[in-house]
Amino acid sequence: MSDLGLPAAVETLRRVREDPHRLGHRGHGPDSPVEGAGHGATGPARKRIVVGYGFWIFLLSDIVMFACFFAAFAVLRGATAGGPTPRDVVELPRVGLETAALLLSSYTCGLSFAATNARSLLWTQVFLLVTGLLGLAFVGLELQEFISLAARGITPQRSAFLTGFFGLVGLHGLHVTVAGMWLATMMAQVQVKGFRREIVHRLICFNLFWHALDIVWIGIFTIVYLMGVTP
Amino acid sequence: MARRAAVGLAAAGLGGCARGVLDPVGPVGADDSAIFFDALMVMLVIVIPTILLAFWMAWRYRASNPKAEYLPNWSYSGRIEAVVWSIPILTIMFIGGIIWIGSYRLDPFKPLPSKSPPLEVQVVALDWKWLFIYPQQGIATVNQLVVPAGTPVHFSITSASVFNVFFVPRLGSMIYAMPGMVSQLNLQADRPALLFGQSAQFSGDGFSDMQFQVRSVAPAEFQAWAQAARGAGPMLDPAAYAQLMRQSQRVSPVTYGGVDPQLFQAVATQAIGPGPGPQPENPSHSGREVSTGGRR
Amino acid sequence: MFGKLSWSAIPLDQPIPLITSVVLILTILGVLGLVTAKGWWPYLWREWITSVDHKRIGIMYCLLGSVMLIRGFADAIMMRSQQALAINAPGYLPPEHYNQIFSAHGTIMIFFAAMPLVIGLMNFVTPLQLGVRDVAFPTLNSVSFWLTASGALLVNVSLFIGEFARTGWLPYPPLSEATYSPGVGVDYYLWAVQISGVGTLMTGINFVTTVLKMRCPGMTYLRMPMFCWTVLAASLLIVAVFPILTATLAMLSLDRYFGFHYFTNTAGGNPMMFVNLIWAWGHPEVYILVLPAFGIFSEIFSTFSGKPLFGYRSMVAATLFICIVAMMVWLHHFFTMGAGAAVNTAFGISTSIIAVGTGVKIYNWIFTMYGGRVRFSVPMLWSLGFIFTFVIGGMTGVLLAVPPADFLVHNSMFLVAHFHNVIVGGVVFGLFAGIDYWFPKAFGFRLHEGWGKAAFWFALVGFWVTFAPLYILGLQGMTRRLQHVNIEEWRPLLDLSLVGVGILIVGAVCQVVMLVVSILRRDELRDVTGDPWDGRSLEWATPSPAPFFNFAVMPNVQGEEAYWDIKLRAVESQQLSPEPRYEPIEMPVNSPVGFYTAFFATVTGFALIWQIWWLAGLGLAAAFAGFVVFAWRDVHEFHVPAEEVARVDRARRSAREALLERLGQQGAAT
Repeated sequence: MSDLGLPAAVETLRRVREDPHRLGHRGHGPDSPVEGAGHGATGPARKRIVVGYGFWIFLLSDIVMFACFFAAFAVLRGATAGGPTPRDVVELPRVGLETAALLLSSYTCGLSFAATNARSLLWTQVFLLVTGLLGLAFVGLELQEFISLAARGITPQRSAFLTGFFGLVGLHGLHVTVAGMWLATMMAQVQVKGFRREIVHRLICFNLFWHALDIVWIGIFTIVYLMGVTP
Repeated sequence: MARRAAVGLAAAGLGGCARGVLDPVGPVGADDSAIFFDALMVMLVIVIPTILLAFWMAWRYRASNPKAEYLPNWSYSGRIEAVVWSIPILTIMFIGGIIWIGSYRLDPFKPLPSKSPPLEVQVVALDWKWLFIYPQQGIATVNQLVVPAGTPVHFSITSASVFNVFFVPRLGSMIYAMPGMVSQLNLQADRPALLFGQSAQFSGDGFSDMQFQVRSVAPAEFQAWAQAARGAGPMLDPAAYAQLMRQSQRVSPVTYGGVDPQLFQAVATQAIGPGPGPQPENPSHSGREVSTGGRR
Repeated sequence: MFGKLSWSAIPLDQPIPLITSVVLILTILGVLGLVTAKGWWPYLWREWITSVDHKRIGIMYCLLGSVMLIRGFADAIMMRSQQALAINAPGYLPPEHYNQIFSAHGTIMIFFAAMPLVIGLMNFVTPLQLGVRDVAFPTLNSVSFWLTASGALLVNVSLFIGEFARTGWLPYPPLSEATYSPGVGVDYYLWAVQISGVGTLMTGINFVTTVLKMRCPGMTYLRMPMFCWTVLAASLLIVAVFPILTATLAMLSLDRYFGFHYFTNTAGGNPMMFVNLIWAWGHPEVYILVLPAFGIFSEIFSTFSGKPLFGYRSMVAATLFICIVAMMVWLHHFFTMGAGAAVNTAFGISTSIIAVGTGVKIYNWIFTMYGGRVRFSVPMLWSLGFIFTFVIGGMTGVLLAVPPADFLVHNSMFLVAHFHNVIVGGVVFGLFAGIDYWFPKAFGFRLHEGWGKAAFWFALVGFWVTFAPLYILGLQGMTRRLQHVNIEEWRPLLDLSLVGVGILIVGAVCQVVMLVVSILRRDELRDVTGDPWDGRSLEWATPSPAPFFNFAVMPNVQGEEAYWDIKLRAVESQQLSPEPRYEPIEMPVNSPVGFYTAFFATVTGFALIWQIWWLAGLGLAAAFAGFVVFAWRDVHEFHVPAEEVARVDRARRSAREALLERLGQQGAAT
């Protein structure tokens, strides 16, 4: 990042001003095309833009996958086969806690990237750790929920509605778990390798992923849980 | 008129044995195939000149033809663009009209106009045979469908195992038989005939023999047949149905002299569970479980 | 310990798969032995297996696709001969075997023959046409390829260990649920397609990013060759719909493995949801295959007519139009499920609207030839054969989009004939054309013209003799996937169709002979100039075979037909542009991570199929460890010294100068 030998913050500011969305969007404006933004006039984009762009595309595809599970849930929501209904499944206090943990983790995740931009190893690590712990709390609460439901005989094998429920919520939980493994790897990498160019790129991608999971969770919280208890 | 000629031509092309969808014996099949040929004719009017134009263009402008002028930079003409966009658009607008009108007019769920009340037939697709229940007559058959000629038949169709498609080519429209759902189909045979019906959706090892005989007979004959069948032969009681649900292939036609009037409803709502699937005869065949399903 | 796996999984009682797999295993062992004996392993490992060069990966994709095409064709021969023999007779394939064959035929042809060939050409050509040195994510590209290969391997393992799906290429539940398909066949399908599907998804991401963000200076959107536009459209479709496939197969896996009820016919499961989801992927998938083929034809019509593509902008519009409408038509695969007149009307009309985009393309290709100097080389023959075949296939497609007509021929042999008409006539002809067209760029010599033409004529005639009877059989009421038929009247047409397969076999033999003859006579077929067809886009600006860094100096595009403009200028001024200043080039280093990932994907997939849980866990853990190790490496790029770049480029320039001189003499003579 600081290839030019400038202090990181100055460099960061300069880049934010130059490219507020970090995707080289300025090239679309009336100004002359930005070098390295990947627009036709100036040749291939810089690595950072290519990586970020590719990861955004991946996120879109991941959202499509979630959309399928959302759709399946919506289709199967009424198919309770005489078993538990959405109302029997939802325990709002615990889910509220889960949501709080995840939303807070998104905030700390953002803080960690601010620290990365300031090239502060300590604060990057601290905030990544907090993010990871909050993610762990989320997954732990979700597991607790699943186990207590199973204890009441509420399992995905019981009815199609429960299949849709466990499939959607479980898929998100799996994503958070995998993201947690990624986070742990990233922390180790940052510690060992410092803020190399490709490490920072990966941190950008990780941030995007974590926030995307948050957005998906908002959808789950609303559609599965809140709409599950409203008549 | 052109259409009649085309139908005749195509029928002749089938080697005189046109017993398929081009030789319908009922109004639904006749309308379906009329639409088929209308759409085909509309498109052939475009497609044949297009193919000829392609060949002519390639031949006319072959590199070895000194008479054809060479226009190395010619790559745009607003007029031609307008034409090449409008030809397909106009064709598709026309076809779109056919689609719109045809879909509504030939909706399989729509009752057929007729003076006589329709005959009700409930169809259950089983592994691998067809069960036909005549609720008005209180009888049921397997792999054999008898219908009165000139009378509309209203089919309610479901499946007690996997997907199948109920299809009598010469009567017209086909429709899926799906577990937990009831699809409806209205067909009519105009004259007495011996037809064949089959499943048009692959349903497993016994699929190829999932065929049934369709006998369209004079109404009086139908009444006689139904009355003779009633009370005679085996009854389709729960035990018989449970036996029938098991996988079997090449089932010969059977007529049941009595049937539970609620049976179809129970199957369609899955109050009676679906068929059991293959029962491996050799449990050691791990990973390659084959159900002989009475094939031997 | 070994889950469901036991000795009885090997079909010792079934001679056909047994003999096939023994022959296959011996062939593989023979090839491996030869490689070992010749000491080729280091070369293969260094130059191919770990290569991240988009051209090498493209060639490997095409090789995989070609081998699988032969495998799928063998299945097709068995299907057609079984049906011809099994008229009022059992034939030679029992249902449980025949059903695997048609399922494997469809699965292999779509996922492991057509997709790898299409993606292979995309890989090989796109960066060259865009004037850049590689795709956006070269290592990811290697992972994509190896995952596809892993899926293909799993499908072929099913021949020898266990069985393949007996449910058709799209495993409709409830038939594919554990109740009705308790064997491992559907599991083989699920994991093979799932693994290769992930690879394809990554390819889509890679190519969207490549086309949108990796273009040489001056290559604005409306200067991109048509093929790049179709690659972009196909990649966008991949990104949009392959996640649906992943999700759908995951749901079916959950049903089968853990007793979930997504698609079961009990406890409220909804099998029709599978049908909707799978076709929401499946129909765009057809366009993923055919759009790049359209791109290939666009390049070929323009090159072999010696003219720019007619109506370039309208072609771009038509491509993107198809790309978008492709996602709004899926329901036409099940008009006969009784969705009601309104729904059927909407989807019928949206389906036929696609024909507008395709129709415009057909006319634009025809008018590209207008005023041209059409050379009937092999790629051009395939393209003309394509127009003839595809127009008819498109027409029957629109017929099937008319719901009342579909009520008569849905799931019939008419349908089978239709989709072969468009996929063979559109995709396969396009692939053969493209392979013939770009082969010199890959290997430095052209394919033999005579054998190529023979292959084309046998394929074209064979295709029509095979599939025209199937259209008629469909109209006679014959449904698809019949293991035997009970109607004697169908015999002549089934026999005729078998004759067509015989002609197709001759065509396939011609292709193989063409390849062998071309390799043997490569010196006389050598492409010295790097521009064998008088091309117009940037790939022909490189020598043949193209160096691994593609362009010594990144081109600076000035007009719509990048290389044509350069060529015109050179011919006009009778000299090449002045020699540029050569600088070192940064290229990505090779990486074994693709091979490594695919190895463990195969192991995990196999373990999941046979429910060997510890092995599946081990495979996943090893894959994760592999990623961490890969992420830990410090060297991502190496530098090609400027002298090396200069040496390669000067050789290219001298060949071009010789050509220029020859052209100049010709010009003086006339």
